[in-house]
Amino acid sequence: MRGPCEFKVSAKDTAGDPGAALLAASCPVPGGEGETILLAHGGGGRMTQRLIENVFLKSFDNPALRELHDGAVFEAGGARLAFSTDSFVISPLFFPGGDIGSLAVHGTVNDLAMCGAQPLALSAGLILEEGLLLSDLSRIVASMQAAAAGAGVPIVTGDTKVVDRGKGDGVFINVSGVGLVAPGIVISPKRARPGDVVLVSGEIAVHGIAIMSLREGLRFETTLASDTAALNGLVAVLLGALGEKVHVLRDPTRGGVASTLHEIATQAGVGIRLEETRLPIGEEVRGACEILGLDPLYVANEGKCLVIVARDAADEALALLKAHPLGRSAAAIGEVLAEPRGTVLLKSRIGGQRIVDLLTGEQLPRIC
Amino acid sequence: MRFVDEYRREEDAQAFVRAIRARVTRPWTLMEICGGQTHTLLRSGIDRMLPPEITLVHGPGCPVCVTPLTQIDRALAIARRPGVIFTSFGDMLRVPGSTTNLLSVKAQGGDVRMVYSPLDAVRLAEQNPGRQVVFFAVGFETTAPANAMAVKRAKQLGLPNFSILTSHVLVPPAIEAILSSPQNRVQAFLLAGHVCAVMGTSEYGPLAARYRLPMVVTGFEPLDLLQGIHMAVCALEEGRFGVENQYTRTVTAEGNRPAQAVLAEIFEPCDRAWRGIGVIPKSGYRLRPAYAAFDATARFDVADITADEPKECIAGEILQGLKKPSGCAAFGTRCTPEHPLGAPMVSSEGACAAYYLYARAV
Repeated sequence: MRGPCEFKVSAKDTAGDPGAALLAASCPVPGGEGETILLAHGGGGRMTQRLIENVFLKSFDNPALRELHDGAVFEAGGARLAFSTDSFVISPLFFPGGDIGSLAVHGTVNDLAMCGAQPLALSAGLILEEGLLLSDLSRIVASMQAAAAGAGVPIVTGDTKVVDRGKGDGVFINVSGVGLVAPGIVISPKRARPGDVVLVSGEIAVHGIAIMSLREGLRFETTLASDTAALNGLVAVLLGALGEKVHVLRDPTRGGVASTLHEIATQAGVGIRLEETRLPIGEEVRGACEILGLDPLYVANEGKCLVIVARDAADEALALLKAHPLGRSAAAIGEVLAEPRGTVLLKSRIGGQRIVDLLTGEQLPRIC
Repeated sequence: MRFVDEYRREEDAQAFVRAIRARVTRPWTLMEICGGQTHTLLRSGIDRMLPPEITLVHGPGCPVCVTPLTQIDRALAIARRPGVIFTSFGDMLRVPGSTTNLLSVKAQGGDVRMVYSPLDAVRLAEQNPGRQVVFFAVGFETTAPANAMAVKRAKQLGLPNFSILTSHVLVPPAIEAILSSPQNRVQAFLLAGHVCAVMGTSEYGPLAARYRLPMVVTGFEPLDLLQGIHMAVCALEEGRFGVENQYTRTVTAEGNRPAQAVLAEIFEPCDRAWRGIGVIPKSGYRLRPAYAAFDATARFDVADITADEPKECIAGEILQGLKKPSGCAAFGTRCTPEHPLGAPMVSSEGACAAYYLYARAV
C-alpha cells in the first residue's frame, strides 16, 4: 500500500533468496514486548497500515501527512506544491523491462503525478555496498538519467553513502521530488463519490509477475517484462482535458489494485464495486497466477494508474487513456457506491459477489 | 484462457443454479472436503447463489489447518536450531504455534525458507553439506507423493543432512470420523478431486455404502463445484447413495498407480492427531523403517514437545462441519488473520480465512 506521503513502507523485494520476499506475509503472534519488524510490515497490507498509523502518523501527525496520499500537497508562496519520496531496495538490480534506477525515478515521478502535480525536480540518494561493480553503478545511474529525461524532470541534487560489504544489497536508492499542482486541480482519495467510475490505465499485475518469474526456485519461462514507466505525461493529458472531473489518481504498486482501492474506499467513506470480467489481465499473467494460486488483484504494478472520474467524464477519460501509448489496454473496471462504506466488492466471473479485503501481508503460494 | 474460462462461464453457472433450485425440495447439508473448494465457493460467491435449502459446511481438507499445535511447536524448535535450514511450503509459515510462528523465527535469525517443491529442499541439502536441511512434510494424499519422492531422492543421493518432519493425513479416515460422530449433520460429500486423482475412488465406495450417503468426486473450478452440488442434490432427492465422479477429466477409478507405488514404498499408515479433533486411527503416514533415518522428529529429538490447543479456538468443530466460521464467538474479533487463534484463520485453504476474506459481514 501507499502510506502517508513520506512513509511508504516496503519490504525488500528479492529474487536472489528462495522466496524470501514472499515470506513477507505474516501474521505476527500478538506482540507488544520485544515485538520486531517483520518483512510483512513492508508487504503493503494491513500490517503496513498499522505500522504507519501506530508509529509514523502518531509521531509526525500534521494535516498534509494525514491525507495519506502518495505525496503531500501544501501551499507555498501562492503556489500549491506536491512533495514525495520513495526508497528502493530490490533484488535483482536489473530485470526485464527496467532496473532499480528507472524504477526509483518512475516511482517518485508517479507519486507526484498521482497528486495531480507536474514534477519539477528530483533528488537522488544512493547507499552503495562495498564491492558493487562500478560498471553496474554507471549502468544504474545512466538508467536513472534516461528515466528522468523521459519524464522531463531533472535530477538536481543528490547524496551518496557507502556501507560495509554485507550491510546493503548492492545499492539502495531514494528518490524525492517536488511538483507543481495547477490551479483548479484537486486530487485526493477522499474525493471518490458515489456514481464515479473506476478506470485502470492498462493490464494489471505485470510487474509483480515479471519479477516473481526471476525468483530462485520459481523460475518460469515468460516473455513478460516489467511495465515500469513515468505516468506524468498521461496524467497531464487527463487533467488538461477533464480538470476537476478527475477525482482520484493512484498508482497501485505494492498490494496491487485491491489494496489501493480498499484504502480509497476507507478514506472516502464509500463502497467500490468491481467486475471481475472487466479487469484487464494478460494471458501470461493469468496463467502464472493460476499456477501459483495468487490473486492478480493483489500483485504489484508499475507504470499503471487507477483513475476515479465523475460519471459524465468517464467515456472521455477512457478514450483519452486508450489514445495514449501507456494506456492502450485501459478499461473501466468498476464504480463507486454510497454503501457499504470502506468496502470493495467484486462481482465474480460467474455472477456471484464477494468482498475484496486488505491482506495482512503479501500473498503466499499455496501448498496444493 | 483455455481450460480455465470454460469452467467459469456465467451463463453455465446460472444454468446449474437454476437446475439445483428446480431439483431441491427440502433442506440438505453438504460438505466439501477440500479447503481449496471452500475458497472457490466463497471467492465466486457460490454460497450465496444457492437456494436456502442447501447448507454447505466445510470439511477438514486443509492440510495446514489440521496440523496439530504439537507438530507446529516441533517445527519451530527445529527451525530455531543453529545450522538448520528449515524449509516449508508458503502457507505453513504464518501458522501460529504456542508462542510464535515460522516467520517470526526467521525474523529472529532462524534460517527459514519457503520452497515450491520438496525436491528444492533436497537440492538445498546437496548444496549445503555442512547444514541440516529439514522439510515440513504436510499435506493429504495430494502432496504426499512428491514428499515421498524427495525422501527417495535423498536416499539415492546418500544425503545425511536431509530429513522431513512428517504430518501427513488421509481423507477416508477423516470422513469416517465425521460420519461416526453422533453430532454429524453431513448428508452428502463433495470429495476432493485432487486426492482422488492420486488415490482413485475405490476407497470411498464402502464408506458411502456403510453410511448410505452420496459422495461426488468434485473439481475446483466454480462450474465443477456447481455441477458436483447438482449431482449430490439429485442423488439425495432420489434417495441414492454411492460414489459418483464429476471430475472425470482428471480422476479415474484406479488413480495414479506410480504415485501410489512411491507412497507405499516410503510411507506406512499410522495413527495421527488432527488439530482440534484428536487422534484418528490409521489417518496418517509415517516413514517406513527403511527410511526412518530421514525422520526429523528422531534426528532432532523433539518427540517430547507437546502442546495443548487453545481452548477458545473451535477449529475442531469447524473442520468437522459442526460449526461454520461465522458461528464462532471469536471470529473477526479476537481471531483475525493478523492475530489468529488457530490455523484455519491464516491458511490459504482455511475456512475461517475464506469467510474473513470474502464473506465477512460488512
